[in-house]
Amino acid sequence: MNLGLSDEQEFLREAARGALSRVKTIEAAREALEGGELPDLWPTVVEAGWPGLLIAEDRGGAGLGAFDAMLVAEECGHVLAGAPLLGLLPATALLQAGGDQSLEAVAAGEVRPAWLPARPPGDVVEGWTVDARTGKHRPSAPAAVVNGDTVRFTGEVAWVPDAPGADVFVVVGVDEAGAPVVGVVDAADATVEPIVRYDATRTLGHVSLDGAAGRRVAVDADEIARAWYLAQALLAAESVGAVAATLEMAVQYAKERFTFGRAIGSYQAIKHGLTEVLRRLENARSLLYFAGWAYADQPDQFALAASAARSAAGRALDYAARQNITTHGGIGATWEHDAPLFFRRAQLSRRLLGGTADATDRVAEALLAAA
Amino acid sequence: MDLNDTPQQTEYREKVRAWLEEHKAQAPAVRSTRAGAEDEAYIDARRRWQGMLAEGGLAGVTWPVDFGGQGLGPIEQVIVGQEIGRARVPGILDTIGIGMLGPTIIAHGTDEQKTRYLGPMLHGDEVWCQLFSEPAAGSDLAAVQTRARQEEDGSWVLNGQKVWTTNAQFAAFGLLLARTDPDQHKHKGLTMFIVPMDADGVTVRGLRQISGEAEFNEVFFDDVRLSADAVVGQVNDGWRTALTTLMFERLTIGIGSEGMGYKEDRFAHAIASDPEARRDPEVRERLGEIAIELLAVKFAGYRALTALQKGQIPGPEAGLSKVTMVNAAIAAGELIADVVGPDALDDDSEWAYMISFLPGLKSAGGTEEILRNTIGERVLGLPPEPRLDKGVPFSELRAKEKEAATA
Repeated sequence: MNLGLSDEQEFLREAARGALSRVKTIEAAREALEGGELPDLWPTVVEAGWPGLLIAEDRGGAGLGAFDAMLVAEECGHVLAGAPLLGLLPATALLQAGGDQSLEAVAAGEVRPAWLPARPPGDVVEGWTVDARTGKHRPSAPAAVVNGDTVRFTGEVAWVPDAPGADVFVVVGVDEAGAPVVGVVDAADATVEPIVRYDATRTLGHVSLDGAAGRRVAVDADEIARAWYLAQALLAAESVGAVAATLEMAVQYAKERFTFGRAIGSYQAIKHGLTEVLRRLENARSLLYFAGWAYADQPDQFALAASAARSAAGRALDYAARQNITTHGGIGATWEHDAPLFFRRAQLSRRLLGGTADATDRVAEALLAAA
Repeated sequence: MDLNDTPQQTEYREKVRAWLEEHKAQAPAVRSTRAGAEDEAYIDARRRWQGMLAEGGLAGVTWPVDFGGQGLGPIEQVIVGQEIGRARVPGILDTIGIGMLGPTIIAHGTDEQKTRYLGPMLHGDEVWCQLFSEPAAGSDLAAVQTRARQEEDGSWVLNGQKVWTTNAQFAAFGLLLARTDPDQHKHKGLTMFIVPMDADGVTVRGLRQISGEAEFNEVFFDDVRLSADAVVGQVNDGWRTALTTLMFERLTIGIGSEGMGYKEDRFAHAIASDPEARRDPEVRERLGEIAIELLAVKFAGYRALTALQKGQIPGPEAGLSKVTMVNAAIAAGELIADVVGPDALDDDSEWAYMISFLPGLKSAGGTEEILRNTIGERVLGLPPEPRLDKGVPFSELRAKEKEAATA
């Protein structure tokens, strides 16, 4: 029994923290909100070796696992760093699974991929689907026509993390039989509509494909589904980092701010609220361990674990971001304060990649299927 | 990360499994509720089974070898628990004695006390109970009023009342926290005693709960005489002794939350057979959220075990798992009753029993609110609430409280 971090993992986390500390990401988040440009974190990502995290050592990567990637994502979330991990890492996992020819270049940071998310079928929604631009409707993943090693995709994927700036897209489409197909498409052959919505640190895009031709990546449906759940786990980890940051802010303030002659943190109303944040934080963190362990040792539980982590962390972040503002009082709800930056992160994150509610539903589905 | 056994742990697990395989035919049945508490024959069978477990090295796993234990670590304790569950046999009867009170005597008792009490406790020949809580001292345990006065010959006379006492109806001894000097501050002036439950002046009365069952007791003490050697630790230093017991209680909760049977698959199973329910988005959302909480408890337990293995004692945050588990189980009871309807509330239903049991469990081992205070202060470092009982002799404090209540 060992559910702790190894020395290498501690080092990876410290290194991530160090790399991110050289960029003033929180200040940048504020400036971006005012219309400023986000700092380009891609050089930081490449220097830290994150493009190769999940790529095998003999293909130029570090050969690490999902849990290691989650540790990095957690550090990014802690400082609201807009590092393009959500687009990057599931893409590299698919390229690795298919042994794609671009692996060395991707690991070296010479080619920047972004994954076009597709949600695996469930017991209520059939078929592979993508997020719609608006509403509850879930459109089918792009249509794929396979011709030997080439595949052509037609369709739209909305709200794609890290689409602007990518050199290639790792596209998940469905063939005529409804089976998932993956291909690598040049970004130049797709139309990308960049979007900034509510959380200026999050780079998003709607991506349209009109018969765009790509190189087929030989992966099976399980591996394609795994990319979806990897993204869920990364989003969970990123949210856990943000929860921890808001808790630190709120605890600090609760010790310093006095009302009626005593620190507000001494009142049960404040203390219990912050303890609830801690409870949700630790639960979400425990589920990150579940997801990391399942990815490596128990792949058939990874969908359950990653979905549980996504749901718990997303809801924890909403609670924590609101509790942070409440603890600060009115000042916490002002434009100049940092608390709203985390609140913005919480509101948008929970609606991406299928949304938190979809993750919760998948947990129920996994349990009902096994019952 | 690794949830698998090491080779040594595998070897230990196989040894435990083999022992259970060989002896399980002699074990009494597992009862899903604690309805056995009033059934003398069943309790006797459980005591004999505990004795066998002790002989086999499956009781007192973490106790030192000198006192009949195995001198092993928390992981081995967990392995034994898992294997006992797997064999579908009951575990030890006296979890309170072996988990909390024995270790307290080992830490603070005299050599004579260790020699006299630990062996029969381990083998189930003498069951113990914990006489700490009182009607006016639960979360605020240091407010106990049960009074022990010392006679000139060094013996003690005990008067007062304890409550929420599990197993008192068949216990041979109790570990009791009493006030011995009311003129000292609240946390001073307390002393820990060993009380024979068959002594003159001890009255045990069952305390029925919502379910109708009496799982707890009230215990009354009227001029109960205790000899001088009944004291555990030092006179007027009982709070320190009590803290040891509470530390072991936390340890039990930290690694034992999962063992209460509130499992996500059990709840999913109750719903899965209803085809309407399993497609209902609201039911699915509620089930999903409940399951997520319980899965988190499971992995929080593994994290706590990892820390224990590295020699770290769990802090008060271990109690958060209990909070999560109890509240998730309450939500599960709600969901299942909503899906099943009034049949879930039938007297014979396992769900009715669970639904009735949980409101009390919320306060067991310290109320959720006090636990949140402790965690806020000790873990998050938030300042404590101003207290009116610090630095005041207990006798004056009581007078003040009475005055405030009647004002």
